[in-house]
Amino acid sequence: MKIRTSLMATAALSLIVVACGNAATTSAPASSTPEPSTAPASEAASTAPEVTPAPAAEPFRVAVIMPSSTTDLAFSQSMYAALVAEQEKAGGEANFEIKFTENMFNVPDAQAAIRDYASQGFDLVVAHGSQYGAGVEEIAKDFPEVSFAWGTDVNTFGLPNVFAYTAAAEEGGYVNGVLAALVSTTKKIGVTGPVEVGDAKTYIDGFTQGVTATDPSIKVSKTWTGSFSDVAAMTEAAKAHITAGADVLTGSSQSVVGSIGAAKDAGNVLWFGTQSDQVSLAPTLVVASQVYDWTVVLDDIITKIQSGTLGGEIYTLKLENGGLKIAYNSGYALAADAKAAGDKAIADITSGAVTVTP
Amino acid sequence: MAPGTGSAPGARGAPGARGARGRRGRDILGYALGASLPLLAVVAALLVGAVMLLFLDADPIAAYGALIEGAFGGTSGITQSLVKATPLLLVGLGICIAFRASVINIGAEGQIILGAVAATWFSLQFRTWPGWLLIPCTIVIGFAAGAFWGFIPGILKARMRVNEILTTVMMNAIALQFMNFMIRGPLIDPAGVEAGQYLAQSEKVPEQVWLMRLVPQTLLHAGIFIALALAVATYVFLWRTTIGYRIRAVGLNPDASQYAGIRVPVYQALSLTLAGGLAGVAGAVEVIGVQHRLLDGITSGYGFSGIVTALFGGLHPLGTIPASFVFGGLLVGADKMQRAVQVPSSLIQAILGLIVLFVVGSQYWARRRAARRMDSNVNVAASAAAAEETPA
Amino acid sequence: MNEAVLATIVAIAAASLRLATPYLFASIGEMFAQRSGVLNLGVDGIMLVGAFAAFYGTLTTGSVWVGVAVAMVAGLAMGLLMSVISVTLKAEQGISGIGLSLFGLGLSSLLFKVLVGTVKTVDGFRPIHIPLLSDLPYLGDIFFSQNLTVYVAFLLVPVSWYVLERTPWGLTVRAVGQNPAAADTLGVNVTVVRYLCVCLGAVLAGLAGAALSIASVNLFQENLTAGAGYIAVALVYFGGWRPVGILMGALLFSTVTAIQLRMQVLGIEMPSDFAVMLPYVLTIVALTFSANRARQPAALNQPFERGVA
Repeated sequence: MKIRTSLMATAALSLIVVACGNAATTSAPASSTPEPSTAPASEAASTAPEVTPAPAAEPFRVAVIMPSSTTDLAFSQSMYAALVAEQEKAGGEANFEIKFTENMFNVPDAQAAIRDYASQGFDLVVAHGSQYGAGVEEIAKDFPEVSFAWGTDVNTFGLPNVFAYTAAAEEGGYVNGVLAALVSTTKKIGVTGPVEVGDAKTYIDGFTQGVTATDPSIKVSKTWTGSFSDVAAMTEAAKAHITAGADVLTGSSQSVVGSIGAAKDAGNVLWFGTQSDQVSLAPTLVVASQVYDWTVVLDDIITKIQSGTLGGEIYTLKLENGGLKIAYNSGYALAADAKAAGDKAIADITSGAVTVTP
Repeated sequence: MAPGTGSAPGARGAPGARGARGRRGRDILGYALGASLPLLAVVAALLVGAVMLLFLDADPIAAYGALIEGAFGGTSGITQSLVKATPLLLVGLGICIAFRASVINIGAEGQIILGAVAATWFSLQFRTWPGWLLIPCTIVIGFAAGAFWGFIPGILKARMRVNEILTTVMMNAIALQFMNFMIRGPLIDPAGVEAGQYLAQSEKVPEQVWLMRLVPQTLLHAGIFIALALAVATYVFLWRTTIGYRIRAVGLNPDASQYAGIRVPVYQALSLTLAGGLAGVAGAVEVIGVQHRLLDGITSGYGFSGIVTALFGGLHPLGTIPASFVFGGLLVGADKMQRAVQVPSSLIQAILGLIVLFVVGSQYWARRRAARRMDSNVNVAASAAAAEETPA
Repeated sequence: MNEAVLATIVAIAAASLRLATPYLFASIGEMFAQRSGVLNLGVDGIMLVGAFAAFYGTLTTGSVWVGVAVAMVAGLAMGLLMSVISVTLKAEQGISGIGLSLFGLGLSSLLFKVLVGTVKTVDGFRPIHIPLLSDLPYLGDIFFSQNLTVYVAFLLVPVSWYVLERTPWGLTVRAVGQNPAAADTLGVNVTVVRYLCVCLGAVLAGLAGAALSIASVNLFQENLTAGAGYIAVALVYFGGWRPVGILMGALLFSTVTAIQLRMQVLGIEMPSDFAVMLPYVLTIVALTFSANRARQPAALNQPFERGVA
């Protein structure tokens, strides 16, 4: 490649594009719809005395930024599904607008997205990824009229317009563990995890505690694939457990679909899921899933925003508040005594009789 | 040899005087066309993208308007593009050095990681040091770690003739696992552990090592100056020092260099080491300038986009400067486009891939024009010389 | 020998054959491309497009053969794109490859989102039961209970060796990769040979993707390959541009991968990250200390221009 030509080329290119860029901002840009950021505050204030979440003149506008795909059958999908559920509850798109940006694993890009949505006058910006924290902290200060919800973490940075949310994944993990210990006939259980951090770690720790509490003789082996996205590695890890004799598997992250596939291939290996209901992948082999129901959190946040409180609360999905649900699969015939034990575990955790440490 | 476009030899008065003016005119036209080629290629790729957008019921005009506005519109766009340009430039500089020695460095991802991990560890370890000492030391440590990660493939190539494509690809994967280990182990954020969260991030690095923010409410930080300074330094290194000259010689003609006494393997290894060091600086700068901590995904694919940037810049350190800004802008604008028309991010990725393919392919015509111009210059020079020799 | 240990060894051996399959397809394909002088770093993107194509074909028609056919066509299309850019337009092959990878990643994810939407499993290739052979103790499990793609992949090794080393066309390919100018003067159409090799490599990469999506994991998800294509390219270098060498490399890599996963199951104490590192480290170590060091095709990564030295 001729150096000089390329130099001129990129120089020319950059000059032209900068010129266009400035022209684009000065002429009314068709893309972004800049609304003065004071608008949502006045809307929220004005609707407050009148009605609770009922169709007001202005729709409730939510933007969500997620680190993986909305179809990942795990973390991101759980939040997106919850927002769609809220939309239906509010009566459809006219009343509840959702804009989303997915696959934002690059943090500065995510911060740009958060800032951009905030400047467009959204009522609520959901930063659904623990790595977005630094960005939320900075940006929330610049947009005091916009409410930010951030997870999974427990830090609102002392700002009045930041909500924080997290999931006590270890609780559902414990219940799954109890169930797993009772349905396993070979007394060998396999766990396929991505990297030992975050709610993958807490879920699996809880799961292991549940198994040990029910039947200490059961061997739980864990494999960490080192990647959140490597499906083939998960499949292989699951197969490794299966050939070693495990007849029950569990795991976390979006790559876990590989493990479920391996369980399905083997034909009779049972699966316990987390974050989302994974029944669709293996209708007869999924015993139960811990489902993150973010609507519990979102309901409260939306009500608070519409009554003028833009932040300051920390939410934790727990079995107690219905944020974590154990979804039993009707396609699998769970033995009555196992279900009873599972229900008892849920009750125990809810009442505090059993505490699960992450 | 194609007949040149220059005028006929000096039979018409002073050797090619009028012809020279004509040639200059054609030259300028040629330059203009050559410079606009990448632009035309980008436009072509965007047209294909527009078809894809239409398929998805999205408005291409709105989309591309958002692209340009996002990349270069106002303070927000320009600062974001510059923030992206910084690591792209740093990695690209390293790629320039390596490519000049005919060494392909695909290992920048791993080298960025090593630089980031080292910078985090170092600044946390010496968190009581004052900023004026801690910042330069951290950056040097980042350079050293990245250089080490480039040195290993380099020495294996030099001593054991192990191909660098193989080693660098493997080293990337190894570095990633090493970072996982550090992030969830020795470097994990103690605050997160206490809160029972176990997030995949390190503690925040001490405030005095944070690079200064240049524009309020944006992420633009002083790292851009570091990158620009290193760009100039790289240029000086490659063209004004003996070592740099030797690196270029090795790349242009390894056999002749060997014959002239230059130890080719040594300089190839050196170029890989330097490339690794520069990528390591990119990692360190991302930590202390942008994120203020080490976290999963810190490389953001810069190891690969840096390669594209370097080639868009003609493998010249100074050319990489505008190239990094443009490419950084493209990446930023693409995100804005996604937000504006709500298309899946994968469409943006596909369009970016097409842009790379088209721009790189379009260089064909630039090379042909350059070759023809060179031929014509040779012809004109030869005929001018011939005209001077023959008595008028 | 301890029954459990033996069972584990059998499982590891069987797994390594299965894991090596996508690498074999993609690497041998890339070998042909590189032997003709073209470096194609876009293998990962081609694998993804092929994987989705195979998955979608099988999902919609229920036939794995339709899936295979679609994957091959998709690979061919990507190969033609790469050929035009790298051979006809003589672009810098390193980055056109990266551009192609990006495009393939984006395209496969986009099509998946738009056409399928959510993760689904398919009925892919199943392990074949060969009468008598499959029932052999141990050997039966390792060698004779694999799915069809595994057998085809391993068959590729001798077949490609034969084509490359013992046929006139193979000689042409090798000549083009070593000295295209000389081949050109002898009347060989360098462009056509390179097109054929790049496209062959791409078709095989598409099949590698299919081996993943409809034989190994039996589903598709965005970025299914997780960088396997780059490993496949690296293995070409490891194997010295020869099928047997590539086979050794693929088996080394896949065996260590199978071992490291089972190590964690066996409870061998090692931080999981270091276990995951093992295949990569050992590949470098193996190549460093292996005596054999073949030279790369002389014209690799150099576009050919008639009349230009």
